[in-house]
Amino acid sequence: MSLIAITEVRKRFGTNEVLKGINLDVAAGEVIAIIGKSGSGKSTLLRCINGLETIDEGSIVVAGAQLAADEVHLRALRLKVGMIFQGFNLFPHLTAGRNVMLSPMVVKKVSAKEAEEEARVRLAQVGLDHKFDAYPDQLSGGQQQRVAIARALAMRPLALLCDEITSALDPELVNEVLQVVGKLAAEGMTLLMVTHEMRFAREVCDRVVFMHQGRVHEIGPPGDVFESPKTLELRQFFGMA
Amino acid sequence: MTTFTTWDIVRNLLLATQWTILLSLVAFVGGGVAALLALLARTSQNRAARRLAVFYIELFQGTPLLMQLFLFFFGLSLVGVNVPPWLAAALALILWTGAFLAEIWRGCVEAIPRGQWEASSSLAMSYFEQMRHVVLPQALRIAVPPTVGFSVQVVKATALTSIIGFVELSKASTMITNATFQPFVVYGFAALIYFALCWPLSKSSQLLERKLNVAHRNH
Amino acid sequence: MAVGLDFGALADYVPVFVKGVGVTVELTVVGGTLGISLGVTCAWVKTQGPKLLRPVVSLYVELIRNTPFLIQLFFIFFGLPSIGVSMGEMEAAILAMVINLGAYACEIIRAGIEATPRGQFEAGASLAMSRFQTFRHVVLRPALQRIWPALTSQLVIVMFGSAVCSQIAVEDITFAANFIQSRNFRAFEAYIVATLLYLALAILLRQGMRLLGTALFPRRRAAR
Repeated sequence: MSLIAITEVRKRFGTNEVLKGINLDVAAGEVIAIIGKSGSGKSTLLRCINGLETIDEGSIVVAGAQLAADEVHLRALRLKVGMIFQGFNLFPHLTAGRNVMLSPMVVKKVSAKEAEEEARVRLAQVGLDHKFDAYPDQLSGGQQQRVAIARALAMRPLALLCDEITSALDPELVNEVLQVVGKLAAEGMTLLMVTHEMRFAREVCDRVVFMHQGRVHEIGPPGDVFESPKTLELRQFFGMA
Repeated sequence: MTTFTTWDIVRNLLLATQWTILLSLVAFVGGGVAALLALLARTSQNRAARRLAVFYIELFQGTPLLMQLFLFFFGLSLVGVNVPPWLAAALALILWTGAFLAEIWRGCVEAIPRGQWEASSSLAMSYFEQMRHVVLPQALRIAVPPTVGFSVQVVKATALTSIIGFVELSKASTMITNATFQPFVVYGFAALIYFALCWPLSKSSQLLERKLNVAHRNH
Repeated sequence: MAVGLDFGALADYVPVFVKGVGVTVELTVVGGTLGISLGVTCAWVKTQGPKLLRPVVSLYVELIRNTPFLIQLFFIFFGLPSIGVSMGEMEAAILAMVINLGAYACEIIRAGIEATPRGQFEAGASLAMSRFQTFRHVVLRPALQRIWPALTSQLVIVMFGSAVCSQIAVEDITFAANFIQSRNFRAFEAYIVATLLYLALAILLRQGMRLLGTALFPRRRAAR
C-alpha cells in the first residue's frame, strides 16, 4: 500500500487551472524528484500535500490522513508530512535549538527537557549540534536550511516535502544541504522533492516526475527519464530538442 | 424651573461645536505656519536655527498639552497680560500643532531621495530655490495623508481647552450636564458630534494614503 | 514690572508632588499593561480571529480614535453611573486609559502582524501548529518587535493624556499642581514643576520600554 495517495487532484486559482487531474502514489521509503518548468504546478502540488493550499477536486491521503480544510484534519495530515521551504522560514526570534523544540512542545505537549534532547539529536543529525544557541541571523543560508530540516524531523514525520530547498542558496552552500538530504534518503525517509538539481535527482531518486502544464507528463526511474525521454516537452526541458 | 428636551441639549451642543471648529481651524492654520517656519529652520544650514527648531519641537512634543495650556494661561498673566482663555488656548494649540506638523513634514522632506537635492544644487539652485521648486512640490504629495490624519488629533485636542475655561463642545457638555443632570445623554451626544467631525477626516486620510501607495506602486 | 519666580514657595508641597508622581506612574503602568493586552487581543481578532467579531472591533477602534479622551473619561465617570455602572475615580481613569490605549495599540500591532512574511505562517502550519498556536508562538513576538518604537510613543502620548484624569479628582501630577496653585497662588511655578516631572517620566518610560524590549526581543533583527 502506498504511503501517499494522490488521486485526480485538480486545483484552480480563479479561472486558471494549475493542477489538471494529478494521480501519483508514493510508497514508503521512496524518493521522488519532481521536475518541470516554473508554472508547471510542481510547487503547488507539494503545497497541497501539506495542506498549505486547498484542492478543488480529487483526494490526497497520507497514511490514512485525508486532506480537508478543517484544522483537525490539517493537523492530522501535517503530523505525518513535514515540509522544507525554499526560504528556510526559520523563526527569527528563537535560537536554532528553540526552533527545533517549539513544535514538539506546543503541538505534542512534550516536556522542555525531552524536546531539548530531541532537538540536540536532530541538530547533530544535520551536523549543527554546536549551533544550538545560535540565532537564525547568525547562521549561513545552508546552515539555516539544515536547521529547518532538523526542525521538520523533530516532529517525526513519515515523509518530507522539499520545495526547491537549495534554490535560495549560494552555489557553494548547496552541497551541504544536499548531503543531508542524501543521507536521509539512504536512511529510508520518504522524500518528495521539487528540485532543479538534476545530478542529485539522477543519483538519489527512485522515480522522477516531469510536470508540464498542470499534468504529470512523464514519470519513471531516473535512468529512463534522463537517458531516453519519451516526450518532446521533456526533451525540450532538458534542452536536447 | 426649566426642563431640557433632548433637542435642547443637542442644539446647545451644536452651538458650542462652532467654537470647537473655529479653534481647530485657527490651530491648524496657525500651526501649519509655525510648522513651516520650524521645518525651514530644522533643515537649514544654520546650526543655531537647527538647534532652536529641535528645542521647540521636542519641548512641545515632549510635554503634555494640558501643561502647555496652563503655562500659557497662567504664565502670560504673570507678566501682567490678562489673557482670556481663548487666547491662551489658541496660542498653545498653534505651537503644539506646529511642533507635530513640523516633524511629520520633515519626514516627508527626508523621504525625497538625496539625488533630487544633488541634481538641483548641480543646477546652481539656492537652498530656498531647491525647496521651493524641487523638494517641497514632491514632499507635499506624500505629506497630505498624514497631515489630514493629524487634523483629527487637533480637533480632539481642542477638548482640553475646556479645562482652562474656554467654552467649546466639551465645556458646554459639562455646563449642560450640570443643568440637566443627564451626563449619559449629554456626553454621549458630545462624543457623537466629535465623531462626526473626526471620522470623515480619519477616513479621507486613509483613502488618500491608499491612493498614494497605489500611485507609487505603479511608478 | 518685575517678574519674580519663586520656586521656594513650593518647598512645603514636595510630598504632594511625590504622591502625584506615584499616581501618574500607577495610571501609566496599569493602564499601559492592560491597554496593550487589549490591543493585542483586538489585533488578533482583526487579523486572525472570528470574522463575526471583526466589525465589532472596528467599530470600537473607530469610536475611540475619533473622540477626545476627555469625553471618554467623563462618559465613563459621570455618564455610566446614570445607567447603574459606577466606580471610583481611579478605576474610571484606568478603565478610560485601557479602552483608549487598546484602540490605538490595536491598529499599531495589527500593522506589525500584517508585516509578517507569509512563510512564517506556512512554517508554523507545516509543523502542525494551529492558527492560534502559530500566532502565539511564531508571529506575535517578531510583530511586537517591529512596532515596539511606535507602541512606546503611543504609551508616552497616553501618559501625557492622563493629565486629564485630574479633572475627575484623580490625584496625579496635574492634580498636585492644581492643588498647590490654589493654595499659594504660584500657578506658573507649580505648572513648570509639573511639566518637568512629566518630561522626566517620559524619558524614564522610553528607557523602561527600551529595556523591556531588549529583554523580550533578544535579537535586534526581526524577520522581513
